[in-house]
Amino acid sequence: MMVRQRLPLVLAVSSLATLATIVWAPTVGSTPISLARVFDPAIDWASNVDAQIFFVARLPRVLAGALVGAALAAAGVVLQALLRNPLATPFTLGVSSGAALGAMLATAFHLEATLLGISAVPLASFTGAMLATAIVYGLAASQRRGLSTNVLLLAGVTLNAFFSALILFVQYFADMTDALRAVRWLMGDLDVGTLAPLAGALPLLLLAAAAMAVLPRALNLLTMGDEVAASRGVDVHRAQRLAFLSASLATGAAVSLGGPVGFIGIIVPHLVRLIVGADHRLVLPASTLLGAAFLVLCDVVARTLLAPVEVPVGIITAVIGGPFFLWLLVRHA
Amino acid sequence: MTMATTRRRTQGLALMLAVLLSATSLVAQAPQRIISLVPNLTESLFSMGAGPQVVAVSSFDREPEAVRTLPRVGALLDPDVERILSLRPDLVITYGSQVELKAQLARTGIAAFDYRHGGLTDALTTLRALGVRTGHAREAEALARRLEQQIAATRARVAGRPRPRTLLVFGREPGSLRNIYAVGGTGFLHDMLEAAGGRNVLADVTQESVQVTTETILARAPEVILEIRGGTDPSRADARPDTSPWQALASVPAVKQGRLVVLSGSWLTVPGPRVGDAIARFSTALHP
Repeated sequence: MMVRQRLPLVLAVSSLATLATIVWAPTVGSTPISLARVFDPAIDWASNVDAQIFFVARLPRVLAGALVGAALAAAGVVLQALLRNPLATPFTLGVSSGAALGAMLATAFHLEATLLGISAVPLASFTGAMLATAIVYGLAASQRRGLSTNVLLLAGVTLNAFFSALILFVQYFADMTDALRAVRWLMGDLDVGTLAPLAGALPLLLLAAAAMAVLPRALNLLTMGDEVAASRGVDVHRAQRLAFLSASLATGAAVSLGGPVGFIGIIVPHLVRLIVGADHRLVLPASTLLGAAFLVLCDVVARTLLAPVEVPVGIITAVIGGPFFLWLLVRHA
Repeated sequence: MTMATTRRRTQGLALMLAVLLSATSLVAQAPQRIISLVPNLTESLFSMGAGPQVVAVSSFDREPEAVRTLPRVGALLDPDVERILSLRPDLVITYGSQVELKAQLARTGIAAFDYRHGGLTDALTTLRALGVRTGHAREAEALARRLEQQIAATRARVAGRPRPRTLLVFGREPGSLRNIYAVGGTGFLHDMLEAAGGRNVLADVTQESVQVTTETILARAPEVILEIRGGTDPSRADARPDTSPWQALASVPAVKQGRLVVLSGSWLTVPGPRVGDAIARFSTALHP
């Protein structure tokens, strides 16, 4: 069947699955709540505990999970195509370690600046992510016209190692509890508490999504090699730039919102490819939608498994993702 | 003078002699070059008069003032063994998890006083044991007694009053409701809260610290939220933190009734010689 004919079906099924997950997830949690009470307008907001649990504790969290999951899965798809490497993740190119360094510095120095209701740690981590993106981009673009994917990859991996060293350096001299808090940040956390952080990340994510929306055809051709893509009329340099910058923006915004939640950017795209094939016109939208559903489900496990104690969501995704990654590695080898 | 009284007198003399001898032998054995890697015990050492025997401290030690000029020999995770050995200590105060350091000390024949955080009674037991070990048994006993009396006085003050259900928060990302860390149902902070006349809403969680979600806070509905602030930097401890993010949890009684209390100072979370003051501070916050 042609891609264009399958697209509506794929979109319909993945949208439905994601929507169902997002609607269902806020109804479950560590505390039993009554939905009748949640939506009862007769009960005063300030005394409606059920409504507050639903609207303050769970809904922003579920939506944060959906945004972060969607962004990381989409960034994974784009980077795997750009680097022609099935094992590439949103964190391969240094964005997440830049974000982690920002978060570590904000934690260690107790920064208290807020901007539009967004606190210092997400602000600093987004700044770090964009700094890392700028460095990697600058290095890869300086080689020749356009981006060298080899330099991109090497610069990204090296920057990861370098930033990790800086993180360890700051951590080593930081207060014990601050160091612990920074480590906790690395495990991912979606309990955002209010909608403000979502509102901050949303415009950035929409911008990234808009840029990615024009990419699928070019990504299909890029996976066959730059020359093939160029011969088929793709502006290779423009496509590479757009791919790298949109994936980095999505990753940076997602990580600043929920921390560097691992493995989503690799599990989801590969699972989706197993189901719908390799065409990016299907893989990209389906991964974006199912990435949202996947992280929301993992977070449901995270907040209910040992409640009232929370299991960091990054541990859940890693426990599922680690074995999956190895299976993938063996299968490709 | 009867035989009996003579015997009694000789016995008394012998006993006195024995006490004197053991005391001098204790003093002779008392370590003169102590290295403390546990900040709350450093503070205790100084308050029982063992300060002059301390030759080095951990990199996290800030209290009392006198430690600021002492050499630093690393801390919990990174003790500088070479530096420790080069200072020729005769007693090193270690934390329970410093297994490798303790093995190295044992190999070189240096005595260690091993410590782990526990409950409030453990803190007092440790204080006494530390006094005996360093030749300051009497001062330590007096200190422990004073703390016990102080705690008992606080308990007596709040006895019979309704004990507010309290969430004791010791960490939160500034300007948000993220990364909230609160005191669970074990450990000295939990004991301190209960002694101060509060009821810990997380008493059933058998951990010292809990990363608590907004859902749990809404469900547990604390009547008081006691937030302790202050890292190691004393200049920051006085900065008035923003409690406005809590307003998002409008149904929580503590928010509704405005019982959000912020206490500043890292000394409030240290199981050392100021633990009695800290409990009193908690209790005035809970029972104004």
